[in-house]
Amino acid sequence: MITLYTVSTLFLIIVDNINMLVKNIFKLKNLRFLALIFLYACIENAPLDSLSPEGPYARSIDELFWLTFWIAVVIFLIVQGALLFSVFVFKEKPDSPEPKQIHGNTKLEILWTVIPVIILAVIAVPTVRTIFDLANEPEDALKIEVIGHQWWFEYKYPDYDITTANVLVIPADKPIRLEMWSNDVLHNYWVPKLNGKRYLVPGQTTYLNLHADSPDEFWAQCGEYCGLSHSKMRGRVLSLSESDFETWVKNQQQNANKLEGNSLAAEGQQVYLNAGCTQCHVIDGVWDVQGDRIAPNLTHFANRNVFAGAALYNTEENLSKWLANPAEIKPGTFMPNLELTEVEINALIAYLGTLK
Amino acid sequence: MTKIIEPSKQSSIFRRPSSETGIWSWITTVDHKKIGIMYGYAAFFFLLIGGLEALILRIQLSQPDNNFLTAAEYNAMFTMHGTTMIFLAIMPISAAFFNYLLPLQIGARDVAFPRLNALSFWIFIFGGAFLYSTFIFGTAGAPEGGYLAEEVGWLGSAPNGGWFGYQPNAGMKYSPGTAMDYWAIGLQILGVASLISAFNFITTIINMRTEGMRFMRMPVFTWMTFAVSFLLAFSLPIIAIALFYVTFDRKFGTTFFLTEGGGDPILWQHLFWLFGHPEVYILILPAFGIVSEVLPTFSRKPLFGYAAIVFAGFGIAFIGFGVWAHHMFASAISPVAQAGFGLSTMVIAVPTGVKIFNWLGTIWGGKLKLNTPMLFSLGFIGMFVIGGLSGVTHSIVPADTQQTDTYYVVAHFHYVLFGGALFGIFSGLYYWFPKVWGKMYNESLGKIHFWLMMIGFNLTFGPMHWLGLQGQVRRTWVYAEETNLQFWNIIVTVGAFIIALSIIVFMVNWIFSKRNGEKAPFDPWDARTLEWTIPSPTPVWNFSTAPIVKSLDDFWHTKYSEDEDGRAVRREETDQMLLELEEDGLNPSEHIALPNPSYFPIVLASGLPFLGYAVIYKSIPLALIGTVLLLVGGFGWGTEPLEEEIHLDSDE
Amino acid sequence: MSNSHSYPHEPTGVETRKLGMWVFLSTEILFFGTLITTFMIFKGSDFPGMKLTDVYDIPFTSISSFILLMSSLTMVLAHNALEANDQEKTRVWLLATAMLGAVFLAGQIYEFTEFYHKGFELTTNIFSSSFYVLTGFHGLHVFVGVVLLLALWAIGQRQKGLTLEGGMNLEFVALYWHFVDIVWIVLFTVVYLI
Repeated sequence: MITLYTVSTLFLIIVDNINMLVKNIFKLKNLRFLALIFLYACIENAPLDSLSPEGPYARSIDELFWLTFWIAVVIFLIVQGALLFSVFVFKEKPDSPEPKQIHGNTKLEILWTVIPVIILAVIAVPTVRTIFDLANEPEDALKIEVIGHQWWFEYKYPDYDITTANVLVIPADKPIRLEMWSNDVLHNYWVPKLNGKRYLVPGQTTYLNLHADSPDEFWAQCGEYCGLSHSKMRGRVLSLSESDFETWVKNQQQNANKLEGNSLAAEGQQVYLNAGCTQCHVIDGVWDVQGDRIAPNLTHFANRNVFAGAALYNTEENLSKWLANPAEIKPGTFMPNLELTEVEINALIAYLGTLK
Repeated sequence: MTKIIEPSKQSSIFRRPSSETGIWSWITTVDHKKIGIMYGYAAFFFLLIGGLEALILRIQLSQPDNNFLTAAEYNAMFTMHGTTMIFLAIMPISAAFFNYLLPLQIGARDVAFPRLNALSFWIFIFGGAFLYSTFIFGTAGAPEGGYLAEEVGWLGSAPNGGWFGYQPNAGMKYSPGTAMDYWAIGLQILGVASLISAFNFITTIINMRTEGMRFMRMPVFTWMTFAVSFLLAFSLPIIAIALFYVTFDRKFGTTFFLTEGGGDPILWQHLFWLFGHPEVYILILPAFGIVSEVLPTFSRKPLFGYAAIVFAGFGIAFIGFGVWAHHMFASAISPVAQAGFGLSTMVIAVPTGVKIFNWLGTIWGGKLKLNTPMLFSLGFIGMFVIGGLSGVTHSIVPADTQQTDTYYVVAHFHYVLFGGALFGIFSGLYYWFPKVWGKMYNESLGKIHFWLMMIGFNLTFGPMHWLGLQGQVRRTWVYAEETNLQFWNIIVTVGAFIIALSIIVFMVNWIFSKRNGEKAPFDPWDARTLEWTIPSPTPVWNFSTAPIVKSLDDFWHTKYSEDEDGRAVRREETDQMLLELEEDGLNPSEHIALPNPSYFPIVLASGLPFLGYAVIYKSIPLALIGTVLLLVGGFGWGTEPLEEEIHLDSDE
Repeated sequence: MSNSHSYPHEPTGVETRKLGMWVFLSTEILFFGTLITTFMIFKGSDFPGMKLTDVYDIPFTSISSFILLMSSLTMVLAHNALEANDQEKTRVWLLATAMLGAVFLAGQIYEFTEFYHKGFELTTNIFSSSFYVLTGFHGLHVFVGVVLLLALWAIGQRQKGLTLEGGMNLEFVALYWHFVDIVWIVLFTVVYLI
C-alpha cells in the first residue's frame, strides 16, 4: 500500500513538473560528453551525425532522444545490475542450501507492470507533443519542392521559379517547408542535423520542415533503400545568410549565355548540343528538353560543389571520370556512356565550368 | 526384449515404405522427432549460409568506398542474408524445437497430423532450395533504362529488393529479371510450410494433451509454441495475399502497388508489416519459451509468476498485431497515426518488461548452476534488455525518424533476434542435447562458445548503435570517407569474424559430443517437465504409457517436496521412482500404434517448386508436372492407412 | 488392427480432424479478410477508369449466387441422409452439390469472358485487377470443393460406402463447403452490391 501511495504521489509530482524535469535532465547533457568522450576521440566531425543538431527541429528530437536515453540507462543499470548480482550471489556453492520454492508474488507483478506504465507515460507526453510540433506547417516558411529520382534529389523553388539539384540552398534561421514526392521508387530525405527523415512517395506528397540556425553546409542522404546506387544518393544543404541567399536567388534566375566563337568552352557547348546530353539535361537559355526532365538541370552546374547525386565533388578530375563512364561510378544510372573522346570530355568540362 | 514392427495388413495402392534406417527412413518418416532433427540440421545449414553472407557484407563495409562487391552483389547479399536468417534459419530452428519437444512436453505420442508435419518440413526444404536456385537460374539487372558498367555475376543474381521488398522498387520496372520472382514465390512456398505446421501445432496443443495436462499446467515453452502458432496462422495469410499481388504485378502486369494503374506502394508497407511485426514475435517467442524452461531448472526454483509470463506472452502476441506502422514512421502516415502507433509500441514494452522481471524473479534466491544452457539464457536476458530498451527509443516517433533506416535499427533488431532469439536457441540446443542424442555435450567447449559469441556479438552489434546515430544508413553498399565511420566499421567486421569462430567451436562440440560424448542419463539436469521422464535418446514411441499430470512441473513435484521454510526436499522414494521410470520408459508393456511412414508428403511437396517455376517462366509443361505431383501425392495420401503397430515379444 | 493404445486423445471432445479444419478455416478467414479489405481500399480509390459497375449484370450474378446457396442446402441434405445411413440418397445429394458448384463456376467463367469482351481485363486498372484476384481466389476454392465432393462421391461408390468418421469424411468436406458459400455471400455483397 505504501509503495503504491509513494508511486502515485511521485507520478503526480512528475506530471506537475514535467517541464522542470525535462529541463533538469537535459543538464545531464554535459555528462554525456564525459560518457562518450572516447567515442568522440575516434570520431570527430561526422557530417551525418544525428546527435549534433544545428536547428530547432533536430534539437527538439535530440532532447527527446536524450530524455529517453537516460531513462533507458537507468533501467539498463537496474536490470543488468540485478542480473549480475543474482549470478554472483546466488551462484551454486558447495554449501548452498536448496532454494525456497517461490512461485510468484502478485504485488510485485502489479508493481512491475505499473512502474513501466508510469515511466512510459512520462515519455509519451513530450513525444506526442513533439510529433504534432514537427508536423505543423510553420508560418512564413519558404516552400521548396523536393523530387526524388533514382539516384539524386531535385529541388524546385515555386516562389522564385528555380530548378536545381543535389545542393539545396536555404536561407539561414528561417523555417523551410519541403513538399516532396518521388518520380520513381520510394526515397527518404534526411538531413540529420536539421530534422528526421521523411519518405518521398510516388503519387503522394509528403512534407518536412527544415530550419538551420546559422549559415553552414550540411549533408543529406537518402535513407530508404532505392535500388542499385542507393548508397550514393546523397546531397548537401547550404544555408546562407539573408543577403547571400538573395544573391544566390538572383543568380539562379539568370539563364545561361549561349557561347559563340572558338573557345574550348564553346566547343564544349557544341558537344553538349550534339553528343546526346540534350536528351535529358536542360540548360536554360541554351536548350530545353522535350518531355520528362529526368536529369538534373545544368544551368548553374558550376555553382554547385557536388554532382552525380552528390556522390562526387565538382572537380575536373571527377567530371572526367564521370563523363568517361557514369555507370562505373553509379551502377544502374540512367546516364549512358556516350563514348566521348578525351578531347570532347575536356571541352565539356570547360563548358560546364562556365555555368556559374 | 526386442521389438518387432509388424507391417500394416491394410491394403494400399502403393507399396508402403518400410525402411527403418538409412536415408529412406528419413525421407518417409512422419515421426515428429526425426522431423524435428531434420528441421534443425536444415535450418543450421541455412544459418551458416546466412552467416557467410553476413561476413561478405562485413568485408565490403570494413572500409569506406570499398569495391570488394559490386552494388548488385551487395544488394543481393543483404537481401538474402535477411530473408535466409528469418525464413530459413530462425523460424525453422524454432520449428525444430516445436516438433521435437511439443509432443513430449504435453505427453503425446506424436503431433495431431504426423503426415502434415512431414509435409510442412518438405515444403520448407523445397521452398528453401527453390529460393536458393535463384543463384543458378535467376537474373537481375539495372532498372528499365539504366546502365551497368559490368554484367551482374552469379552472386548478384539473387533477390535484391531487401527482405521487406518495398514497392515499387521490388516491382518489375525497377527490379527487372527473375530474381525478385524467386523471392516472392519462395516466401509464398515457405509460408505454406509454416501455415501447415501452425495449424498442426494448434490442433496438437488443444487436442493431444495427456490426461491432467490442463492448459495452466502446460510448460511455458508449449505455451509459447501455442502463441507462435496463432501468430503464424493469423499473420501469414496477410503476407500471402500481399505476395500474391506482387507476383501478379510482376508477372501479369497488374498494378496493385504501382501508382500508374491506381495502386498504392504504401499499402504494401501496411500489409508487409501487418505480417512483419507479428513475425518478430514469431522469431522471439520460442526463445522466451526456451529460457523459461532453462532458468527454473538451473535455479532449482519454479518459474516466478508462471501465469504472468504466459499472459504476457499472449499479450505481446496480441498487441503485436497493433503496432505494425511503427516501421513506417517516416512514411506518409498522419501525425495522429504516428502518435497512436507510437503509444501502442510503448505499451508492448510493458508485457515484455513483465517477462524480464519474472525471469529475474526466477533466478533471484535460487541456486544457480552456471553451465552452458544457463549462460546462454542469462546472456539472453542481458542482451534482450538492450534490444528492448533501444526498441523503446523507436517508439519515440520523432527520435525514430532520425534512427529509422540507419544502423541503429540494424543494431536494435540484432540485439533482439540474435542476442534474443539466437541466444535462446543456443541455450535450448545445449539444454536438450542429452535428450536428443543420449550423450552429454562438452561443457568447456560450450563455455568457450558462449564467451566468444558474447564478445563477438557485442563487438559486432554494439558499435552499430553508434554508427547509426552517426548517420550510417542501412543497406548502404559504400559510405563516403568524409562521414568518418571507418573506425567502428572495422571493429564491427572483426566482431563478425569472432562470431564465426564461436560457431566453429559450437560445431566441433556438437560433432565431437554426439559421437564421443559421455552417456547421458535420462534426467541429467534434475528438470521439471515431462520430456525428462523418458529415456535419452527419446525412444521412438516417446512414452510407454500415457503420463498422468497432477500439477504444473509435475515431474519436479514427484521428486521433491517442500519443508516448512518452503525449501525443496528430495523425497525418500525418488531414487527408486526414477529407476522404475527409466525401466518402464525403455520397455513399453502394451501395443503401440505409431503413424506409418509415407512417401506422399515429399511427393506432394515436390510439386510446389514446379508450380513456382511455372509462374516465373510462364510454362504450361512445368505447371502440369507440378499439378500431377500434387495430385499423385494427394491421392496416395488420401488412400493410405494411417497407423502401424509395434508389437512386443513379451506380449505375444 | 487394434486400438489398444492407452492414449487419451481429444480432451476437448472435438474430433481432431474437425478441429484442424476449424483452425484451417480461421486462417482462411484471414486470407479472404485481407483480400476483401484491400479490395475495399482499392474500390474507394478515386483513380479514374473503368469500374465493375460499368460492366456487371446483377441479375445474372444473383442467380448464380442463389445456385451456390442452394448447394449448401443439398450439402445439408446429404449430411442428413448419411446420418440416416441412406447411402444412395447421400450420393445423390453429394452429386447434386457438386453439380450446383460446377454450374456456379461455369457462370463465373461466362461472366469473366463477358467482362473481357467489354474491355474490363485483368490489367485494365486497379479495379479490375482486384476484382479478378478476389473472385478468382474464391472460384479456386469452389473448384477445390467440387473436386473434394466428387472424390467423396467416388469413395461412396465403393462397397463400404461413406461413414461419418475416418479419413476424408463428409462432415469435413461439408464444413469447407459451407464456409466457401458463406464467403461468397460476403463477396457478393461487397463486390456487387455495395
